[in-house]
Formats: sequence, structure tokens, C-alpha cells
Amino acid sequence: MGITRIKHVTGAITRLFLGISLWSVSGLALAAYELNFQKPVTPIAEEILDLHNLIIIIVLIIFVIVFSFMFYSIVVHRKSRGYKPAKFHDNNTLEIVWTIIPFLILVGMAIPSTATLIKMEDTSESELTVKITGYQWKWRYDYPDHDVSFFSTLSTPRDQIENKTAKGENYLLEVDNPVVLPVGKKVRFLITANDVIHAWWVPQFGVKKDAIPGFINEMWTRIDEPGTYRGQCAELCGKDHGYMPIVVEAVSQQEFDKWVSLQRNKAVAAQASAAQKWSKAKLMARGKQVYGQCAACHGANGEGVGPFPKLTGGKITTGPVADHLKIVIQGKPGTAMQAFGPQLSDVDIAAVVTYERNALGNNTGDVVQPSQVKALR
Amino acid sequence: MATATAHHGAHPTGISRWLFTTNHKDIGTLYLWLALILFFVGGAMALVIRAELFEPGMQIVDPHFFNQMTTMHALIMVFGVVMPAFVGFANWQIPMMIGAPDMALPRMNNWSFWILPFAFVLLSSTLFMQDQGGAPSAGWTLYPPLTIQGGIGTDFAILSIHMLGISSVLGAINVIATILNMRAPGMTLMKMPLFVWTWLITAFLLLAVMPVFAGAVTMLLTDRHFGTSFFDAAGGGDPLLFQHIFWFFGHPEVYILILPAFGIVSQIIPTFARKPLFGYNSMVYATASIAFLSFVVWAHHMFTVGLPLAGELFFMYATMLIAVPTGVKVFNWITTMWRGSMTFETPMLFAVAFVFLFTIGGLSGLMLAIVPADFQYHDTYFVVAHFHYVLVSGAIFAILGGAYYWLPKWTGHMYNETLGKWHFWLTVIGFNIAFFPQHFLGLAGMPRRIPDYALQFTEFNQWSTVGAFLLGFAQLLFLYLVVQTIRSGKKASTQVWDGAKGLEWTLPSPPPYHTFATAPKVK
Amino acid sequence: MSTAHGNYYLPNPSPWPIIISFGLFFLALGAVLTINSLGAGPWLMLVGTAIVAYIIARWFGQVIGESEGGIYNKQVDRSFRWGMAWFIFSEVMFFAAFFGALFYVRQFSVPWIGETELLWPGFDAAWPTAGPKGPMAITPDTVAGANQFSPMGAWGIPAINTLILLSSGATVTWAHWGLLKDNRAQLITGLFLTIALGIIFLALQIYEYIHAYTELGLTLKAGVYGATFFMLTGFHGFHVTLGVIMLTVILGRSLKGHFRSDHHFGFEAVAWYWHFVDVVWLFLFIFVYWL
Ligand code: HEA
Ligand code: HEA
Ligand code: HEC
Ligand code: CUA
Ligand SMILES: [Cu+2]
Repeated sequence: MGITRIKHVTGAITRLFLGISLWSVSGLALAAYELNFQKPVTPIAEEILDLHNLIIIIVLIIFVIVFSFMFYSIVVHRKSRGYKPAKFHDNNTLEIVWTIIPFLILVGMAIPSTATLIKMEDTSESELTVKITGYQWKWRYDYPDHDVSFFSTLSTPRDQIENKTAKGENYLLEVDNPVVLPVGKKVRFLITANDVIHAWWVPQFGVKKDAIPGFINEMWTRIDEPGTYRGQCAELCGKDHGYMPIVVEAVSQQEFDKWVSLQRNKAVAAQASAAQKWSKAKLMARGKQVYGQCAACHGANGEGVGPFPKLTGGKITTGPVADHLKIVIQGKPGTAMQAFGPQLSDVDIAAVVTYERNALGNNTGDVVQPSQVKALR
Repeated sequence: MATATAHHGAHPTGISRWLFTTNHKDIGTLYLWLALILFFVGGAMALVIRAELFEPGMQIVDPHFFNQMTTMHALIMVFGVVMPAFVGFANWQIPMMIGAPDMALPRMNNWSFWILPFAFVLLSSTLFMQDQGGAPSAGWTLYPPLTIQGGIGTDFAILSIHMLGISSVLGAINVIATILNMRAPGMTLMKMPLFVWTWLITAFLLLAVMPVFAGAVTMLLTDRHFGTSFFDAAGGGDPLLFQHIFWFFGHPEVYILILPAFGIVSQIIPTFARKPLFGYNSMVYATASIAFLSFVVWAHHMFTVGLPLAGELFFMYATMLIAVPTGVKVFNWITTMWRGSMTFETPMLFAVAFVFLFTIGGLSGLMLAIVPADFQYHDTYFVVAHFHYVLVSGAIFAILGGAYYWLPKWTGHMYNETLGKWHFWLTVIGFNIAFFPQHFLGLAGMPRRIPDYALQFTEFNQWSTVGAFLLGFAQLLFLYLVVQTIRSGKKASTQVWDGAKGLEWTLPSPPPYHTFATAPKVK
Repeated sequence: MSTAHGNYYLPNPSPWPIIISFGLFFLALGAVLTINSLGAGPWLMLVGTAIVAYIIARWFGQVIGESEGGIYNKQVDRSFRWGMAWFIFSEVMFFAAFFGALFYVRQFSVPWIGETELLWPGFDAAWPTAGPKGPMAITPDTVAGANQFSPMGAWGIPAINTLILLSSGATVTWAHWGLLKDNRAQLITGLFLTIALGIIFLALQIYEYIHAYTELGLTLKAGVYGATFFMLTGFHGFHVTLGVIMLTVILGRSLKGHFRSDHHFGFEAVAWYWHFVDVVWLFLFIFVYWL
């Protein structure tokens, strides 16, 4: 641990204690405490909330009854009050009763749970299918029926995370491209992952399912109200597990159709731009943007961290262009370096490679064109 | 009958007494100290986690290091604190409670202990390899494919888990052989103190699941380095295969972490209620049923992975059933207190807090078992709250209570009751401030294993952090108290507690080096 | 219920446990370094293995000395029996993990992958398989070409090996009868035959492995089939090797005149172990080779 790191830590600890004292004076009572689930917006989420409330009430009643006996005893049956100990140590009837009653209560809890579960697992008769794929650390959404496909990544600026600027309202729960879904339609999700296990979770839908590489899981939802709903990846997926949120825009069918055609037009435009020749300046500008994804591992300035190699002066980043393109397109199996070929367009790959070779302390002068990427795919 | 051949003149002193010992009490002491030291290490890691989570944004550590802390905290607490502490209790107490001269296999007993420090050196050394990826960081559950990506630290973890497995298996064999073979005449199975019973069943669980865990991590190792594809669909395997094997181990493991605690509490409560344990037989049967059921509930940790509906229903029902025998235990403890003549020395305070708080954790466990609701709870702080209620106010409270209960017997000195009560109240208050709010965090939607969170979770996290620091620093008081008791406590009597019953309380405090050179007669 | 007679032997403090723990530590450290291709790894492993082997020899040597010295009473003997029995139980559970994996891939994961058309188009989920990206399975015991593998058939060497191990179970029991009747010649012959059969078994298995690697394209990397095949048979082979070493020690002791008809736990422990290895093989033969 370097000196700067230690300074950083001591600074943080001081801030922690300052924080604690500030916070304790600043009127805790005023803060908004969320004590139960977020407001459900689908029939299933509604049912889960009801089930949860039912169970918690049963459990609380049991708890209060059982412990009222204990506390009564603790208060009354004390030596200091001169209470003399009884001698009994068995009572078969009692023991049978308190085996059977809990069992019956459990049966009572199992019945509604089973009913809800069966509904949750019924993905039949859906009106729209969306395929979700988890990547380290972003989501990809495909609408196979509409020929639409895009990635969705965290859009909270690093400065907010590093406490350099004030945090926005939706800190860590905002993305560049939200998923858009129509309200009132049964949407079926097919979910899988590209690298490690992730889990797609939007609390207000009551939907959570693991995304498992090599397998496809199914789930469904029907959203009642238009609105913006936020969730997070719910399975530890590595370093930036905390930074892969989910944002869903639920809109009317007309707005949904408009959005679909807009996406199509964008795709066409992108194809056209891949065919043309790009200037270095434009590639660099775009590459800088794309590099945001790479910075998670390779560092904002290509310095690398821990097992992730530095790109500054790297053998590959300053070696032959083809090798460089190859590792970005194909990744390196068995490491965190994934294949970016299927994720990024030709333009994006050309841009990021150009950027890596002419920034981050490298200066090879190479300009990589989208056509070169296409040729290597 | 067993008069032990005690080899006098062979009492090494100084360091070799501890390195080479074959004495159950010395080995018990070693285990307990190791557990206490690692409690501070694992606890310090928890404090790093809590400090980082004091407010949103990254302050103290980076996300990768945070994940290492979460993983190492759990591995150390589970394998380095609770399990060794229970084995320490077993070593000290089982021979004394059943009237045996020592453990059945004394040299192997020493070996079970000495593997542990080496295993933890191996495991902890990874923290100093930050440039190679540092400590394992995929969570204590080690799920592939994330673990496959891990650096060399993962290999260290795997090999140290193998060592821990050897230690646990050898320890469990010793416990079983001792209990089945070394009882004094007249000490029939159904006369054994409940602590001995719970350990017998725990030892069986250990033998059944530690090798399975070893198998699971072996597959991880070969997938990482030898090109097998157990957990890779491209080769016909499945990441979920690991989860099934892990939880086949993992769920019985959590009962390994609680059954001896049940045993300890079942010793303490009758003593301070001055009344025999209520429902001894049903306690034994309930323990056995819990152990049995623990083998058929594992997939309740996997409700969201996409199990077939029938599987989800089966595992839900089986899991819910465990509430029945556990309930029997809770009712028996309370009925033992009922119409007793109670006093509340520190061990009793911890035991009562155990019953109360463990039940909170058990009831939240029951909620987790309800599959539709678990879709919301899973991988949130609600789960974190659940398992700290059963692990900290369960296992750790029982360990602390047991330590207070038997410390006078072990050391021959009384501890300072006032300090003990301070320690208890600070611990209980700190604990609840730290973990109760986590239930609400989970319900409101905060995922676990994240280093940074959205703004609406701030307040409860701040409570939690404050509570954790209070809880942590209260433990320094315990350390002080133990040292003070050993060095200067006032002399303890043979029976120590006026309600105490059982063979260990017929021995002087501290007991002689070789416990029952002549077997006691048990009526 | 325990009714012990005489004195229960409590050993003196012993240096073996901590030294062997050191050995294990070096072994584990060396293993990690080796698989990560780091410098001193193999040497550390060697040192670790040497320490472990040396201590085991000394430790068991001491136990044997104590046993023959007559200081173990019946109760000590019973402790050893419980110990060995439960140790074998833990071994059973270790194998259970791998059998469980085999069962799971055959019953669940491979069929599921077969149903996942979207990700693995055209994958035929018939067992044996190395998965959608692994080499293709061809008829058992035929020479495999590039990107193919051939599963191991049951009725060649594996069937012979089954017979060998079953007979070795019989010979070791026969040796035991000899011991019970104080017929030393029968004891020694029986042990000798058992060891010989064990070694033949191992030799055939090594031959089978070489055949698999060089001609059948069947390697550890041949998907789940290769993984489960080699891990199960490999761990079994490792246990056979340990069993042979243990039997050899017992043979040596028998030649020295150790064991009496009423006091021979060492022999029995090894015999139990050998039967356990035998039973595991039967399961292997059925589930790995045959079905
Ligand atoms: C000592 C450890 C311990 C113990 C004893 C328990 C006990 C129980 N646990 Fe817990 N559990 C853990 C440790 C433990 N658990 C850990 C570490 C995890 C997380 C692992 C990880 O992912 O990292 C976990 C996670 C976990 C999950 C997975 C959650 C998720 O990830 O989504 C579930 C789900 O079913 C569960 C259920 C239960 C149940 C039903 C019990 C039952 O045994 C509880 C029984 C007790 C009672 C019910 C209370 C007393 C009874 C009465 C007073 C009788 C009357 C009651 C009724 C009739 C209702 N636990
Ligand atoms: C027996 C097991 C056990 C015990 C005792 C504890 C004890 C504690 N745990 Fe535990 N914890 C787990 C088992 C346990 N935990 C498991 C299994 C996980 C899941 C991991 C995973 O997701 O993979 C987990 C995860 C976990 C998380 C979630 C992390 C995440 O999801 O990212 C948190 C967060 O608050 C936490 C906090 C604490 C705290 C505050 C304590 C406190 O009770 C600790 C109190 C003790 C001390 C603080 C010691 C005193 C130390 C000092 C006073 C410092 C001085 C230091 C020196 C002298 C060196 N733990
Ligand atoms: C999840 C982490 C991660 C992300 C995100 C990531 N990489 Fe990598 N990258 C790695 C790892 C790990 C390696 C080292 C692989 C190995 O062991 O050879 C690597 C290696 C490389 C190399 C070779 C470096 C060398 O000198 O060996 C290049 C070039 C590279 N990555 C480019 C990129 C680009 C471009 C992006 C973004 C589009 C990116 N990486 C995103 C983890 C990542
Ligand atoms: Cu993706 Cu966590
Ligand atoms: Cu469980």
C-alpha cells in the first residue's frame, strides 16, 4: 500500500467520523425511511406483497405469543423474588400440541404461496418477447420480433461515485439506454449471460431471475402503469456488480411502436456510417467514449489494476494492429477479457482501438478503419 | 474400567506444551484462542465493509477490494471462528461431561488443530498479493464462472479449504469415537448432556458434507487449471452444478454452525433456572430431525436460478418443515425457564438473548423459504439480516455465553460480573442497531455484495455502520475480561453456579490435567 | 455402551502432528505455485510430500510399536475402529460428490443444453457427450480423428478390472480367515495375491489411460464426459494406490510376525479400506463405463 493510499484511507476515516457526528445531530427523525417493499406495479408484485404481509403478520403473532411467555417468566419466576423452582421436566401432551400446531400453521402458509408461485412460473400466451443478456457489467436487450438490439450501461458519472461532484437523484440507478416496454401486455423475458452469472431484478415488477451463461431462463411480467422503474443486478458478478442497474420505461403501445421505429432508423444509419472512411479525429472522439467500458478494468488512463493489464506501452497496444483487433474482437477465453466483437459495432471497435493506440500514453499513429474490423470478424 | 494410563513426568512446559500437546484441555484452549484471534480479524474486515457502506460513493476501498473483504470476512468467520470455537468447547467439555480421561485419539486431536493455523496463513496471505488479483473475491459461495476468473488467490483459497476439510473430518471422527466409546459406566446415550448430543450429530454432519465441499472445490480447481468442464455449458457442464454441490454442503454447514450452540444454551438455561431441562428426549429427536432435514433443503438458496416448478415446491415445503423441530427447541427452552428460580448472570443473559434473537433470525429464515417472496428477498440485505441474526446472535452469542459459563471451570477464576454485564448489553445493543435495519434495507431493494448504493438506502446504512462499530469495540471488552480472569480473577468453587448439574461440576476448578483418571460412576 | 477394561492408553505429547501440518502447508503452497507455473512450486511440493511421507511413516511406526508392545486395550482398539469406519464414510461422501456431478450432467444439464436451441443450435444431447463445443463422440473404442473422442467401452479392460478387483476382495478375506485361524502361510499368501491383483489393476488402468489419451482422443479436456470419467476413475485409482501401499505395509508386518488372531485392527482397517475401494469400483463400472 503506497503512501497516497494510506493518506486516502486516513482521510476517509476522518470523514467517516465527521460524518457520523454530523449525521447524529442532523435530525434523524426527518429522514424518509422505507420500511417495506417498493410500490408494486404488476399483478404478481402485488400478490407477492400481499403474501409477504400475510406471512409477516402470522410470524409476528407467533413471536409475540411465544415471547410473552418468556418475558412473563423472566419477570415473575426470579430467584430475587423468592420464586421456588418447580420440578417438572416433561409433558407429552404439551409437546405433541406444539409440534402439531406449528405444522398446521405452516400448511396454511404453504397454500397461498404455492398458488402465487404457479402463476409466476406461467410464461405462456405472451404478447412480446425480450431477450436479456448479462455482460460484465452491462445488459444487452434484444427484441427478436422487432429486430431491435442494444446495450444498456450505467450512466452515473465517475465523478459522482468518487465524491467529486454532488450525487444526482437517481445515483447508480440510471442508464444510457433504458429498456422500453408497453404497458398492459404480457411480456416474456428470455434471460442468459455472456460471461458470469448475473440476475435481472426490478423490485416493482416482482421479477428476479438469474442469467446463467449457456442456459436460458424464462420469466414474465405485465406492467399496469406507465412510468420509469429501476432495478439492479442481483448476483455478484465481479468488480462492478454494484454498477449494473436496470431501467425500464413502461409506455403506451403507440409510444412503444414509435420507439421501435426510431431504433430501426438508428441501426440503418449506423450501418451506413460503417461503410465510409473515418477521420482520425472522429475516431478518437468516438473511441474515447467507447473506452469508458474498457476503463472499468484497464483504468481511465490505461494504467490497469491488479489482474487487469495496463494498456499504456503494452505489447499488444503498441504491436501489430491485427493482434490488437483480434484480442478486442475475440477476447481471451478464461479471463475477464471478453469478446467485444458481438457487443460493439465495427465503428466502435475501430474507434476504440485507434484511441488506445494514440492515447493512454501510446502514440503509434495508426488509424484503424471499420472496414479493417469487418475483414477480421 | 478406564483408569487412564497417565504418563506423568511427561508434561512439557513452555512452548512445546502447546505445539506437541495430546491433552484435550490444552488443545481446547488452542482452538478457543485461535477462534478469538480470528474473530478480531474477520470482525475488522466486517468493519471495513461497514465503513465503506457508511455513505454512498466510494470512500475507503475500491470495489475489487470490497469484494475481497466480503469473501474473506465470511470464510474467516465461518471456518475460522465459529467452527474452531465449537471444537474448542467440544475438546474441553465432552471428556469432562461424559467422564472420559481424554479424547479417544489424542495425537490426531492435536493434528486437527495444527492444520488450521497453516490453512489460515495460506488463505490470508492472498490479501498481500493485490497485484495478482488479491484474495478470493467471488463471495464465500465461490460460484463459478466468476471464481474461474479469479486470480491465484482463488487457488490459495481452494487449497486452504482442502486443509480445513481435513481438519474438520479428523476432528469429527475424534468426537464420534470419544462419545461412542469413552463414556463412563452408566452414562447411557440418553443420559448424556445435551451439548454432547448436539456435537455427536454435528460431527455426523461434518463427516457427511465436508468431503462434498472438498469435491466441489476440487472441480473448481480442475476447471480453472486442467481444462475440465464441470461448470461450463460449452463442454456439457453447468454452473448450477456447482451451486447444487455447494449448497448440499452449505445448508448442513449452517446447522453445523448452530447445533452446538443449541447444545450450549441447553446447558446454560437449566443451570440458571435451577430446574431440569424440559423435554430432554424431544430435544434429542428435534436435533436429529433438523440434521436429517438439512440434507433435503439445499436448493432454497437457489430459488431464482430457474429450477423446475416441482423442485421449487419440494424445496419450499421441506425447508418450511424445519421450523417444526426448531420450534420444539425454542418452546422447550422457554418451558425450562417457566416456573424456574431464575438469576441472570452473564451466561444466562447471553442464553436468553440467544433464544429471543435467534428466533427472529429463524422466522426471517422461514419467510425466505416462501418461494414467491424469496424472489424479492433473494440476494438483498434481508438475507444478510437473516443470517447475521442466526450466526451472530445465534452462534456467536452462544459461544460468548458458553465462554462465561465455563471460564471459571477452565481457569479456576471467576470473571468480573460487572464487566461481563457491560459487555453483554453493549453487544446486544450494538448488534441490533447493526443488523435490524438491514431487514428494511433488503425489503426496500438494496442488493447484497455491493460497495456503493443508491441514495434512498443511506440512513439505514448509517445506523448499521454505527451499530457495527459499537458491536465491534464491545468485543475488546471481552478480550480484556478474559485476560483479566485468567490472570487475576478470584478463586472459583468446584460447582461454580449453584444450579449447575453434571460431571464437569464435580471436578475442581481448574480441573486436573488428566480429567477422570478413574472413571466416575453415573447413576 | 462402553465398558472398558484395563487402562486407556493416552499417548505422550508428540511432535508428529505439527510437523505433518507443516508438510501439508508446503504441499498446498507448492501445488498452488505449480499450477500457476511459478518457480519454486514443484520443489515445495516435493519437500511437502517428503515431510508428509516421512511423518506418516514415523507416526504409524510408533503406533505399530505401541500396538505390538501390548499397551492398547480393547477400548483403544474400539476407538480405532470407530475412527476408521467414519473415515471411510467421509471418503464415501467425497466420491458421492463426483457421482452426484455425473448424475446431474446426465440427467439435467446435458438435456437442458440440448433444449437450448437459441444458444446451442443443432446440439444433440445424447450421452456420452463433450458438450456443444467439445469434441464429437464416436463409437466406443474406435480410433478418434481430429476433434473427436471415443468413449471407453465397458467390456474390455474395465470388465477384466472388475473381475480383478472382485477377486482381490476375496483374497483379502481369505487372508483374514488365515489370520483368524493362525494360519500364517494363508495370511501371507492371501495378502500377496491381493497386492498382486491390485498392481495388475493399476497397470491395466494406466494402459487404459494411455490408450485413451493417444488413440481415443479421450482426455480430461473432452468436455463433461472426459471430466467425470477421469476424475472418478482417477480418484479411484489414487485410492487403489493408497490401498496397495497400505496392504504392502500389512504384508511386511505379517512377515515380521505381527498380528494375533484376537488383535489385528491394522489388518482389518486395511481390509475395510480395500473393500470400500472395491465397492466404489463396482459403482464406477456400472455408471461410468456400462450404462
Ligand atoms: C446458523 C446458521 C443458519 C440457520 C440456523 C438458518 C436457519 C434457517 N434458514 Fe438460513 N441462511 C444462513 C444461515 C442459517 N440459516 C446463511 C449463512 C444464509 C445465506 C448464505 C449465503 O447466501 O451467503 C442463509 C440463507 C437462507 C435462505 C436463502 C435465502 C436467499 O438467498 O434467498 C433461506 C431460504 O429458505 C433460509 C432459510 C432458513 C430457514 C427456514 C431456517 C430454519 O432453520 C429456521 C427455523 C427457526 C424458526 C422458524 C424459529 C423458531 C420456531 C418457532 C418459534 C416455532 C413456530 C414457528 C412457526 C410455525 C412459523 N436461509
Ligand atoms: C459466523 C459468521 C459471521 C459473523 C460472526 C459475522 C459478523 C459480522 N458481519 Fe458478516 N457475514 C457472514 C458471516 C458472519 N458475519 C457471511 C457468511 C457473509 C456473506 C458473505 C458473502 O456475501 O459472500 C457476511 C457478510 C456480511 C455483510 C454483507 C457484505 C456484502 O454483502 O457486501 C456485512 C455488512 O454489513 C457484514 C457485517 C458483519 C458485522 C458488522 C459483523 C460483526 O458481528 C462483527 C463484530 C466483531 C468485530 C467487529 C470484531 C472486533 C474488531 C475490532 C474491535 C477491531 C480491532 C481490530 C483488531 C485488533 C485487529 N457481514
Ligand atoms: C471485465 C474486465 C475487462 C474489460 C471490461 C476489458 N478488458 Fe481488456 N483485458 C482484460 C483482461 C483480464 C486482460 C488480460 C487477458 C490475459 O490474461 O491475457 C485484458 C487484455 C486486453 C488487451 C491486451 C493487453 C496486453 O498487453 O496483453 C487489450 C488490448 C484489451 N484488453 C483491450 C480492451 C478493450 C478495447 C476493452 C473495451 C472495449 C477492454 N479491453 C475491456 C479485462 C478487461
Ligand atoms: Cu451483474 Cu451483478
Ligand atoms: Cu440454507
